[in-house]
Amino acid sequence: MFEGAIDYLQVLDEQGNVDQANFPKDLTDQKIVEMYKYMLFARALDAKMLSLQRQGRAATYAPLIGEEATQIGSAFAFRQQDVFVPNFRQHGVFLARGFPLDNFFIYWKGYEDGGKVPENFNGTAVCVPVASQMPHATGIAFALKHMNKDAAVISYVGDGGTSEGDFYEAINFAGVWKTPLVSIIENNQWAISVPRKDQSAAQTLAQKAFAAGIKGVQVDGNDLFAVYKAVSDAIASSKSGPTLIECVTYRMSMHTTSDDPTKYRTEEEVAEWKKRDPIARVKAYLVRKNLWNDEMEKQTGDEQLKKIDEAVENAEQFKPDPRSMYENVYSFMPDTLKAELDAATAANFWQ
Amino acid sequence: MQMNMVSALNDALSIILKQDSKAVIFGEDVGKDGGVFRVTDGLQAKFGEDRVMDSPLAESGIIGAAIGMALAGLHPLPEIQFAGFMYLGFDQLVSHAARYRMRTRSTLKVPMIVRTPVSGGVRALEHHSESPEVLYAHAGGLIVVEPSGPYDAKGLLIAASKLEDPVVFLEPTKLYRLFKEDVPEGAYEVPIGKANVVKEGSKLTIVTYGTMVPVVKSVVESKKTDAEIIDLRTINPLDESTIVNSVKKTTRLLIVHEAPLSFGVGAEVAARVAEKAIYELEAPIMRVASPSFPYPDPGYERYYVPTEKKVAEAIDKILKD
Repeated sequence: MFEGAIDYLQVLDEQGNVDQANFPKDLTDQKIVEMYKYMLFARALDAKMLSLQRQGRAATYAPLIGEEATQIGSAFAFRQQDVFVPNFRQHGVFLARGFPLDNFFIYWKGYEDGGKVPENFNGTAVCVPVASQMPHATGIAFALKHMNKDAAVISYVGDGGTSEGDFYEAINFAGVWKTPLVSIIENNQWAISVPRKDQSAAQTLAQKAFAAGIKGVQVDGNDLFAVYKAVSDAIASSKSGPTLIECVTYRMSMHTTSDDPTKYRTEEEVAEWKKRDPIARVKAYLVRKNLWNDEMEKQTGDEQLKKIDEAVENAEQFKPDPRSMYENVYSFMPDTLKAELDAATAANFWQ
Repeated sequence: MQMNMVSALNDALSIILKQDSKAVIFGEDVGKDGGVFRVTDGLQAKFGEDRVMDSPLAESGIIGAAIGMALAGLHPLPEIQFAGFMYLGFDQLVSHAARYRMRTRSTLKVPMIVRTPVSGGVRALEHHSESPEVLYAHAGGLIVVEPSGPYDAKGLLIAASKLEDPVVFLEPTKLYRLFKEDVPEGAYEVPIGKANVVKEGSKLTIVTYGTMVPVVKSVVESKKTDAEIIDLRTINPLDESTIVNSVKKTTRLLIVHEAPLSFGVGAEVAARVAEKAIYELEAPIMRVASPSFPYPDPGYERYYVPTEKKVAEAIDKILKD
């Protein structure tokens, strides 16, 4: 007879108190301060993107606010050699993994040039169709194992994405092939306007792991330490197979800049989740330990804003080259496509 | 050596696995069973279970995982059991395989070959006789190849394995064992993106590919028509210049394919010839294809797929005009 249960992990509660038994041993004070700074950085980046979008200086954007613990906690658990497979909301992970900020803004302005993946980035590109990146993550994990590399894949999908066939196919393949895959469900409670309860009758999303025969765990996704611990543990055990981690968090803002959440959810619900803010509880912890103060917060904010503004300025200097569209489709230029390019060039279509 | 298309493809896969240590083959039943058409027969025994392996039954998962493998530096050659089931993996092909290079401005690429049997004529159940080449060709970003015989099949597959691009390799089921040809031993390439002038002629150009190549050849032979027969070999990118140059010489164009008439490869070929050589035509362009609806159940297929009679009548008509 099958038996199974899903554990729920919380290490840092809403008041900033720590469960010492589950506190990750390798989390030094210095590392926590660093992670906290990145949480602030991610939120500042998000605010800048929203303001640029509202000014017509960026295309559609999917905000991350509220999900900083899930993103930064997991990103810091990565080792350099681990491969990051995002969908479209993991800006915090991109940031923490050192993705060039200039490119970040160029991409979200609407140019693939910003989607160039730097050689040592160890990651794939932003993926828009929900959950369709999941089989890629499984394939990459297979390749790492096949090539005897000591590395894991950390992939992200939303709560809505767990309803997709690709989600299930990916974890099912990963289970059969025992690939080093850490699959994170960033359960932010809303798939645009559809709430978590209407997405699946399953009590937890983590229990979907049982169907694929892989490990599953649910964590407080607004708890930096719990996310860090769950992802670190999953990476450590990835050689013996995949893990599915459901991070329970909340999308504090809209799905994308094209969405108006006031149409479908209450202010009371949002206010409830605001009390569980992932940044506030790390700050409470750090302040209590005398590791952080308002002056540091201001100085950090100023430095980060400066970096962001510089990157925005660089991105504004970016000049798109329409030829680059034609030149990056195939490894070679087919005659018929060259004819289209030549015709467009000759007719000065781009002037 | 005399080989049918299945043996030629098996030989090509064996050569690819031997030459390219990054190459892996996987799909439904491709391991011990050697695939439902036996194209991968014996390869698992020869190259091991980590190079040739069965996968769970899920087409999107197969193609999506192949994309991931390719992104990570492997060279996957997934097999999809029938083209009629490949629609489940269509999103992965058009949304990701076709776009990854563009999306990342060539910093990431997807070298892979998705092989699948296409077209009918073998009295198979529904969904086992599809000719979907134009769906993949229209997406852009995917190389679409379709051999019409054992020699081409082996040479095209080996050539496709040298590309850094995603390739959809369509294998006409009916031609798998229909005839044998002399196939050289060892590796050789038939160039991708180049059509094959199967037979030269001066009165009429017939553009065709896949299952219709033997049909057209047989009609032209028995009627002793002075026709130039062009086998496209590669659907995308289309070898426009070979077609246009031929039509300029012959002044007449007939296109023959098994896929449905409307919005088919024939429409694309006709448009290009109309753009480049319309004043040199002495007769309206003609198309012979299956009717514009989905492939029927096997009892009806003989009324659906273009026959020699249908091709012969079209030739008579276009030469009279």
